[in-house]
Amino acid sequence: MDSAILSLLGAFLLSIIGLFVFIWSSRKGLLVENPKAASVIFARGEVGRVDDPALADAAQDSMQAAALEPGHPLHLADATELQDRIASDQSSAFPVFMFIAFACFWLLLGSLAGLTSSIKLHQPDWLTDQAWLTFGRIRTVHLTAVLYGWISNAALGMMLWLLPRLLRTHLHGAIWAMLGGALINMGIAAAIGAISSGWTDGMEYLEIPWQIAILIFAGFVLVILSVLYTLVNRKVEHLYVSVWYMVAALLWISLLFLVAKLPGVHTGVQQATTNWWYGHNVLGLWFTPVSVGAIYYFLPKIIGRPVRSYNLSILGFWTLAFFYGQVGGHHLIGGPVPGWLTTLSIVQSVMMVIPVVAFSINMGGTLKGRMHLARYSPTLRFMMFGGLMYFASSLQGSIEALRSVNQVAHFTHFTVAHAHLGAYAFVTMVLFGAIYFMMPRVLNWEWPYPKLITLHFWLSAIGIAIYFIGLSAGGWLQGVAMLDAARPFMDSVTLTLPYLKWRTAGGSLMVLGHIVFVGHFLAMALRFGPTRTGAALFWQNNKRELAHGQ
Amino acid sequence: MDNEVKLVSGAMVALAVATAALVVMPYMEVRDIQPPPGLKPYTSAELRGRGVYIANGCVYCHSQQPRDRNFGPDFERGWGRASVPGDYIYDKPHLLGSMRTGPDLFNIASRQPSKDWHLGHLYQPRAYVPGSIMPSYPFLFTVKDAKEAEKEGEQPVSLPPAYGPNVGQVVVPTPEALDLVKYLLALNHTYPVLPSAPKP
Repeated sequence: MDSAILSLLGAFLLSIIGLFVFIWSSRKGLLVENPKAASVIFARGEVGRVDDPALADAAQDSMQAAALEPGHPLHLADATELQDRIASDQSSAFPVFMFIAFACFWLLLGSLAGLTSSIKLHQPDWLTDQAWLTFGRIRTVHLTAVLYGWISNAALGMMLWLLPRLLRTHLHGAIWAMLGGALINMGIAAAIGAISSGWTDGMEYLEIPWQIAILIFAGFVLVILSVLYTLVNRKVEHLYVSVWYMVAALLWISLLFLVAKLPGVHTGVQQATTNWWYGHNVLGLWFTPVSVGAIYYFLPKIIGRPVRSYNLSILGFWTLAFFYGQVGGHHLIGGPVPGWLTTLSIVQSVMMVIPVVAFSINMGGTLKGRMHLARYSPTLRFMMFGGLMYFASSLQGSIEALRSVNQVAHFTHFTVAHAHLGAYAFVTMVLFGAIYFMMPRVLNWEWPYPKLITLHFWLSAIGIAIYFIGLSAGGWLQGVAMLDAARPFMDSVTLTLPYLKWRTAGGSLMVLGHIVFVGHFLAMALRFGPTRTGAALFWQNNKRELAHGQ
Repeated sequence: MDNEVKLVSGAMVALAVATAALVVMPYMEVRDIQPPPGLKPYTSAELRGRGVYIANGCVYCHSQQPRDRNFGPDFERGWGRASVPGDYIYDKPHLLGSMRTGPDLFNIASRQPSKDWHLGHLYQPRAYVPGSIMPSYPFLFTVKDAKEAEKEGEQPVSLPPAYGPNVGQVVVPTPEALDLVKYLLALNHTYPVLPSAPKP
């Protein structure tokens, strides 16, 4: 056997062995279901109570009525535990608000830049006089603003809010987390300025110049300090599944970023493999685990029912950890890279079916019989949509990595559509849901115009549907045309035009949704909207939250 | 799972395996590669032009990696032989690309060796390729009075009449545009490479 096959086998076997070692090590009761562990997100007596802070009292009551099952009477939740949770929320409120506010700003900027680039692809002579508006730059501004600005900030905010809740303690080192947030956002602002002026490191997903990346990395380290400090000072024995996903993801992205940005180390073809090792792991080991962790918390919490199978979530976590990290190589299929590398990535991409199916069975089981609650709860709607799209995008990714499919999809807009299915339909929708859930607790103020939440949901959902379907179809036809030697290359360009316009149409709806969302967020932060009874008084707030059962 | 040490160590092992496979192994495999005899290092003007290519994000629409004939008709389209790791020995950062909204550019200099064509095409792609969706780059050029440009000894871009500026004016490339074209005209990897060593 030659060395290529040996290394391929070696990496694969190592992953499998690692996987079993870690599943075995967390085996306590592996064959016995562990409902107690799954219930740590609830206070004593709270199971069965629905929870959606985005709803007003009356709406919450009717949702509760719809969720009631005969034979399962509601109990009163333990008041001390609820009080502890309020204390947790209060300890993290300011840093969380800071991260989410930055995230909203970058979302708006990033999606406007995205729409501009989309229009430019079918109107190539539009806004060409300024260098910073040229497609190659504004497209990268879009990517940097939404990936690092929006998703990463929102994910960090969500993490800082969830961890104290799940660990039943207050947020330790909040000031360090905020300093970290300041550094990260300074870095993002500087990076966007740099890219607009043409200063870039030039690799996809790694455009941020390394000098600026130091700021961002330092910021992440500060957030990690705060998170780890909170983790070791926890007051619960058991670490809930969301904690694993989020803590692991935070460590992963920091190391990925550090290794990929090391200046002067990578070169030539090896740099390309590192580039895609990083590029795919941003999605696989940062966005995905954070969002999956969020669904594991919010979805059961909203419907008031613990996760169906806790052991499946363990399997899901370790398979994701061991398979996802190695899938990046399929971006270099057919390229001048060692053949075993692409093969390894294809194999691991297909193995990704395991964590996705584990997740989906689990969530399906948890939701069984309570799907109808999505009619009442806007937050649940976002979470369900996101969860379903995780299933769809990850399964599509596994199929897309297969050599025969990848051959057509590679180098086309099909890949772009797939990326948006993951980063938008899955991750971003989950983050929207989380923000709608969190902000009333963070700001002690209700969402002033609940109808806008529904409007936002439909604008985003329809927008991404048009975007994804249109661009996937166009991308596939583009790929088929490109592979046909009998057709001139220009065919593959002109035939995409109608689909590129559809992308702009879908993108416009998404941008509109974001304007509604950010406007609503602003209105809430500035205390707009119908006056709520006594919401400004602290003692009354606490009373209200207790009444909700949080 | 109750143990944070297990969580952290497991996460790190998983990442280490991935890093070994996708970063370290490729490094070990390509570190001893010698540049092919036909490949010249970039000149400083070409490197500056490469900088312009990077700054304006050309890589987001143009790949630089012709593929093997059993993978696609890259060779039939005249994009050149399949590239090998040695071809990229001077590339930092790599510009392999992941999109072909436009054609592959690894051998653009052998397909289109005309400097005038490239300058004019950058100024207005649709003057040369009808239906192209490539952006025009007017900011890489200045429109000047014809007499003034002549006095300064500058060489205007020759454009098809319908796409030129007003009468009495000419389009003059900036140094960036000239460097960029120098880089594009250096993208020629048609020299022969040895086939990889036969498998034992």
